[in-house]
Amino acid sequence: MDINQQHRLKSYCLKAGHLILLFIAMSIICLPGLWIVLNSFRPTVEIMAKPPVWIPNSLSLDHYRAMFGAVGEGGVPVGRYFMNSLIISLTSTVISMLVAISGGYAFARYRFRGKSVIFVTFMLTRAVPGVALSLPLFIVFARVGIIDTHFGLILAYVAMNVPFSIWLIDGFFRQVPKELGEAAEIDGCTRWQAFWKVEFPVAKAGIASAAIFAFLTSWNEYALASQLTRSVYSKTMPVGLLDFTSEFTINWGGMCALAVLMIIPALVLTFIVQKHLISGLTFGGIKG
Amino acid sequence: MKLLPLRLPTWFLLLLPAIIILLSVVLIPLVLSLYSSFTPYKLTRPETLYKWIGEYNYVKIAGDANFWWAFGRTVFLLTIALNLEMLLGLGIALLVNKVTWGQRWLRTIMMFPMMFSPILVGFQFKFIFNDNVGLVNNALQSLGITDQALPWLVDGKLAMFSIIFAEVWMSTSVFAILILAGLFAIPRDPLEAAKVDGCTPWQSFRHITLPFLMPFIYIALAIRSLDVARAYDIVKIMTNGGPARRTELLWTMIGRTGYVDAKMGLANAMGYASIILAVFFTVYFFRKLSASRSSLGFDN
Repeated sequence: MDINQQHRLKSYCLKAGHLILLFIAMSIICLPGLWIVLNSFRPTVEIMAKPPVWIPNSLSLDHYRAMFGAVGEGGVPVGRYFMNSLIISLTSTVISMLVAISGGYAFARYRFRGKSVIFVTFMLTRAVPGVALSLPLFIVFARVGIIDTHFGLILAYVAMNVPFSIWLIDGFFRQVPKELGEAAEIDGCTRWQAFWKVEFPVAKAGIASAAIFAFLTSWNEYALASQLTRSVYSKTMPVGLLDFTSEFTINWGGMCALAVLMIIPALVLTFIVQKHLISGLTFGGIKG
Repeated sequence: MKLLPLRLPTWFLLLLPAIIILLSVVLIPLVLSLYSSFTPYKLTRPETLYKWIGEYNYVKIAGDANFWWAFGRTVFLLTIALNLEMLLGLGIALLVNKVTWGQRWLRTIMMFPMMFSPILVGFQFKFIFNDNVGLVNNALQSLGITDQALPWLVDGKLAMFSIIFAEVWMSTSVFAILILAGLFAIPRDPLEAAKVDGCTPWQSFRHITLPFLMPFIYIALAIRSLDVARAYDIVKIMTNGGPARRTELLWTMIGRTGYVDAKMGLANAMGYASIILAVFFTVYFFRKLSASRSSLGFDN
């Protein structure tokens, strides 16, 4: 075999190896989710079948029908949970964005003493494990009487989202050249106008992606929600998932259907946001 | 600004909302929990909140073997999971970076696990590793690799493996995506110069690509460390600390002590151990991040 041929063979092998590895990695990422989606369309008999049924015989919407038509005993009020999740996530996202835009702008545009200490302190409040934070919050909220209300959970989620949103938004404002706002001020804008008319529109796409990230965090949160909510009036979907479990059995089909309902909004939002999110994180982190 | 009697600097006014909300929802409750960790507070007996027992709870924890096992297991899980996530993330990013077609699609697929709620990941893998109807056992049996069902979540060691698998599945994409962003940003010149000078691919990876990627890896680690207790949701659902405490982590132990046994004082003392652990990880990675930043000359 001459050297040329050997070389070509080697590069073919490398290419094939690369593709195989890539395929395996992507399958491991995709399969668990796809399996959940598939099972949400299969009748319970088939899910439980022994030996397993690999190719579904019949697909049905039974689990979805049961989920949305949940009435009477044992039914899970999914519609209610969905609304709770939506209200809580949206409201807390809007509030935390307002707080984080103001805070992120301060970090990006002003120089002051103790800046990095304040920044890290903010971040540390986010690092407190949810379950450890839920204990005192539970005590305080019970005293104030906001356990099992939308308001209590919104308050908790705003605090949870603010630090990370500040990090992201700080990064996005740094990408806006300082000169832009200064030029506007020279042309007779006030600082507020310069911010609102010039700097904010430029950073808008980035801020939107920070908002989506905050929304997803609230949408998916469990550790706090499981303790601060008690009844259908404030339970969110992650907590609602547990309604499909009883002491010894789990209604896998119904759970999968609720899981799909939870993932769809997340999927759409993440798809919209992916580009800005990456640039925001890396920029904010690298030129810190 | 004229309305205010004392002139506060603008940056402070801008930070004020964030400070107020973090103070009232995080810091003040934490002070309360610090206080209550020195009392025998039980949810069922509110008057116990006013009884000071000093460091009794902490002494009790320090002498509790179960607590130290849970603590050690948590550190073990975090170390293994973070390292695996970093290595796998690096690997996936390198693989995707080499692809010439459909990269956008691959990147979207890579973000897939990021959208899953941790609690959902827990249920998903509880289902997949279920010894009776789970995907893994079904596949192993259909392929004839084993004829018995493997007790994935019932055996202590296998359960730990399953939990780490779920955790790594969920969080690797954070690393992969950020490292991929780093790979896109690498300047081409040094790599080409190295090629001309006769470096092997490994050498140019080791001495050019990897140092350049380090800040990106530390960003990913810093982001991960902010939410280090995410595994709580997974463990809570998959095994709830079982079988026989073999997968008990600090976080599940806190939850059980606080809400099931209603011993809030004791749970808060444990909570402080977990907070210190989280703070340690966060500070460590943020320091690493700023160190690697300044070594590359990104500082300003």
